Order: sequence, then structure tokens, then C-alpha cells
Amino acid sequence: MNQAVERIKNGLVTENPTFVQILGMCPTLAVTTSAINGIGMGLSTTVILIMSNLMIAALRNVIPNRVRIPAYIVIVASFVTIVDFLLQAYLPGLSESLGSYIKLIVVNCIILGRAEAYASKNKVLPSVFDGLGMGLGFTVGLTSIGIVREILGAGTIFGVTIPYYKPIGIFVLAPGAFIVLAFLIAVLNAGRLRKAKAEGTEAKLCRTEDCLHCSNASCGGRFIDFEAPEGVIGQTAVKKPEKKVEEKNEEQEVRTDE
Amino acid sequence: MDTGKEQSSSALNENKKENEKLIRKISSSPHVRSEDSTAGIMLDVIIGLLPASIMGVYNFGLPAFIRILICIACCAASEWIFELITKRRITVGDFSAVVTGLLLALNLPPTLPWWQAVLGSIFAIIIVKQLFGGIGQNFMNPALGARCFLLLSFAQTMTHFTYDAVTTATPLALMKAGEPVNVLQMFLGSTAGTIGETSTAAILIGAAYLLIKRVIDIRIPAAYLGTFSICILIYALASGRGFDLMYLAAHLCGGGLMLGAVFMATDYVTSPITPVGRLIYGALIGILTFVLRSPWNPTTSAEGVSYSIIIANLLVPIIERFTMPRSFGKGAVKHE
Repeated sequence: MNQAVERIKNGLVTENPTFVQILGMCPTLAVTTSAINGIGMGLSTTVILIMSNLMIAALRNVIPNRVRIPAYIVIVASFVTIVDFLLQAYLPGLSESLGSYIKLIVVNCIILGRAEAYASKNKVLPSVFDGLGMGLGFTVGLTSIGIVREILGAGTIFGVTIPYYKPIGIFVLAPGAFIVLAFLIAVLNAGRLRKAKAEGTEAKLCRTEDCLHCSNASCGGRFIDFEAPEGVIGQTAVKKPEKKVEEKNEEQEVRTDE
Repeated sequence: MDTGKEQSSSALNENKKENEKLIRKISSSPHVRSEDSTAGIMLDVIIGLLPASIMGVYNFGLPAFIRILICIACCAASEWIFELITKRRITVGDFSAVVTGLLLALNLPPTLPWWQAVLGSIFAIIIVKQLFGGIGQNFMNPALGARCFLLLSFAQTMTHFTYDAVTTATPLALMKAGEPVNVLQMFLGSTAGTIGETSTAAILIGAAYLLIKRVIDIRIPAAYLGTFSICILIYALASGRGFDLMYLAAHLCGGGLMLGAVFMATDYVTSPITPVGRLIYGALIGILTFVLRSPWNPTTSAEGVSYSIIIANLLVPIIERFTMPRSFGKGAVKHE
């Protein structure tokens, strides 16, 4: 049971697909024009994620390694089709507003990522909870972006109009999605930094394996610890090396003065 | 991979140690000192914008004057407050925020609700400029970024134009609808439009001042207007108007083209620094403006200057990468 709680917490907070892993950006940016759309998309993905993780974990010893990706896609596509038809039958309004993005869950990198990284290597039950955690994390991400965009861009909360508020149209358009996502990630990262500072640890903010594959030019290598043991990636080591350098500087200065 | 990481880290540390000794004695380039300062250049730009602002106030009266004051005050205030909160160096004194505010106001219709002008100013300074690192770091022109933000958010009030208290379409929109326009009025500025864009004559006076003071480089506006004119003349010939210079003049005087070419495409931060790059950049904006104005399609917007300039702004790093001159002695071009 502990493992189940750990998996769900991992998906919701530690490795939140939207705000930490920045995965599945296509639906995140495209369908979050309202809170309801965010919830609908998030829950559909959650269902598919749980079912596909279950199947893939159950078949993990049967699927040959070479053809695993096509096999995963067949499994995922079957569940996507089921969910798509169920939505069309019972929630036609939501199905219409989500459009082709339900069908595009087939190529959602969260689902293939979890299959590859977790379900194909673990037992069925933990895989199900991994799917549940990741799916809920995705749902929370999409819904929070959807709520902010709906309030700012349409002046409504879950369809209820806010009185005396003039909506700012850009937030229901594509640029608004980028702005809201960036601000939410910035707020969350600020919280992580503050928490890490209070605990005296370093926050992990790197999202890539090394500086070569990272596009964040403004970081300038500040978050990479070159002296870290192998396998430890993205642990910020800002303070330790810099302090050493500063001390050396002072020593050198003294020497040059002499 | 693993050994490479270790090597790079050790090499980096050694380099650091060697560099520590040198860094303190050598300052980085440029070594040539000049009397030019950011504040001086920005003041020149403000002087260059004065004729257009005065014409705007003369045309549209007190509302235009109030919009200009609101935008300038809000831009300067949001810059000051943001830098105060984030504990950065206060850069209000270099007047760059004032220029942004003035330019933004000149790009707004005089009837725009005041709170929308405030919102635009805050967006320009905080989101487009400060979040990307402040002056010198913004990836697109802050005033134009804010104008497009307002255009996307409040399309109704941003495209509502009046002249002499009568709601009318802008000359460009009239042209698109196939109605005749008075080019002389468009040149002098007694037409509907945003506060600063109507009077081509006033903008040209400001442009002359900036060119004489060498604040702006002739290459960008020349390439821009030249490419745009060629496109329009080809279109005029192809659409059966013949070699219609009056049609060209109306297109050049209409909308924000002159204001954009002189004051916004030439922004130091968001335009290329290489001479060839500036020509490419100007030509790119010219073609984009022509395509976005699309005179052949009556259903699209008549205006397209702001979008073309911010799209070209985004391409500036690529233009600079390919037009960077080779340093002396770095070898000839390899023919393979």
C-alpha cells in the first residue's frame, strides 16, 4: 500500500507530467481553454493511462523487446478508441469541444513514456497506481491552467460568469496558453526553491540529462554539478563550488598583493 | 560519455583557474569610449516622436493626450516597481520605458478605454521586457508586443476609429473595400487611425531628425519601404491597375507603415547589428507586410505592420548568425 501512495504522490507532485516533466504539451496548450475541457481531457487520459499501464505490465514478459513500441501503440490505440466512442455516446458536448485531441492521446508522450519507463519493468498493481498518479497529475495540471485561462480569458469559472469583469481575450487563444503555463511553472519553481532553502537542501530544477541537450541558455550551467557522482543529474550545486572558487580567489589576491 | 564528462569538468576547472588570473586585469570589449548613452539616444527618439505626437493630439484632442500620458506613466511606473521588487538596478532614468510608453500610445486608437491602455503598458514592460531580462534583452519590441496583445484581447475597441467624433473606417480599410481615398489628407494626417500613425508628414520630420543625428540607420527603413513598394507595384500591375503611383502612395501613407518603418523596425535591441542583416531584415518586414495586408483578399485585416515587425524580430538571431562578418585572418571560404 505504501508503494501505491508513493506512486500517486510521485505523479501528482514529484514528477508532475505538466509542471515538472513538461510532457504532453500539445493537449496542455491546445485544449485548456476552459476548466471543464481540462478536466475532461485529463480524466480521459487518466483512464487510458491506467488501462494501458495495466495491459502493458501484464504482457511485459510476452512482448518481444524489438517490437515493443508498435505493441504499446496498438494497446494504447485500442483504449483510446473505446474512450473516444464512450465520450461521443455519453458526453457529446465535451467530445466536440475536445475535437481530435482525444484521438491524439494515442501519441501522447506521457502514456508511451510511462509504458517505457515504468509499466514495462514493474508488476501490474504498482503500474496501475503509477498510471493513476500520473493521470491525476496531468488532470490537476490541465485543470489549473484551464481555470486560470477561463477566468482571465472568458470571465467565467466552470461556465459561471464573473460579474463586472471584462475578459482579456488573448488568454483563450494560443499565446495565452504559453503565458499561463510559464507563470504557473515559475510560481511552482519559486515555491520549490523556497522550500529547499528552508530545509537547507538544493532544489532540483534541471529537466534534461546534461547541458548539451538543454535549451535553457539563461541557466549557463548554474544548475549542473560537475563533481556529482555518476547518475546524479540536475542536482543544483550552486553554492559549494562557487564558495571554493571565492576562497581561492581571496588567497590569490593576498598572494598578488604580497 | 562518462569519461567525457569527467574530462570536461576537470578541463573546465583548470581553465577557470587560469582565467581567474587574467580576468581581473582585462575588461571586455568595447574599448573605444563614446559620448553616446542610452538616455541620450532615447531622448533623441522622444524628440523624433514629438511631431507625430503633436499631430496626434492636434487631430484627436484631449483624449489622445490623456492616452499618451497614461501609457508613459504606466510604463515608467511598472518598470520602477518591477525593478524595486526584484532588487535590480533601477533603469527608469534611461528613458527607454518612456519611449516604449510613447510608442505604445501612438499605436492605440484615441478612443481606447483607459484601463486597456494601462494593461497594455504593464504587459509591454513586465512581460515582454523585464521577464526576459530588462533593457537590451527583450526578444521583441515591447510596444508592438503590447499592441498585438491588446489587438488579440480587445479586438473591438482596438479597431474602433473615429475622426472629428464620427466613427469611420481607416483609409486602408476604405481602400480594401474599394472606395476612393484622399492621398493628400493621408499624407498630412487628417484621417482616422491610431494616435500617431495618421500623419506621414510628421513622421517624416521625426525620421529626418533621427537620420541627421545618426540615431537610426537608413538601411532598415529603406529596405522595408523599397521591398514593400516593389511588391505593391507588382501587385498593381498584375491586378490590372497599371503602374499606379497614387495607389502606392496611398499604401505607403496608410496605416502604421511609416511609424513602424521609422521608429519600431529600427529598435536597437530587436533589429540585426550587421549591415547586410539589416537589409535582409527590412526586406523581410516589407514582404511580410505586403502578405499580411493582402490587398487581394477583402476578408482579412487591412493592417499588418505590427505583426510583420514582431515576426521579423523573432528571426533576428538567425539573420545575425548568417550575416556575421568573418574576422580578419580566419581563413577563406571553403569550396567543397
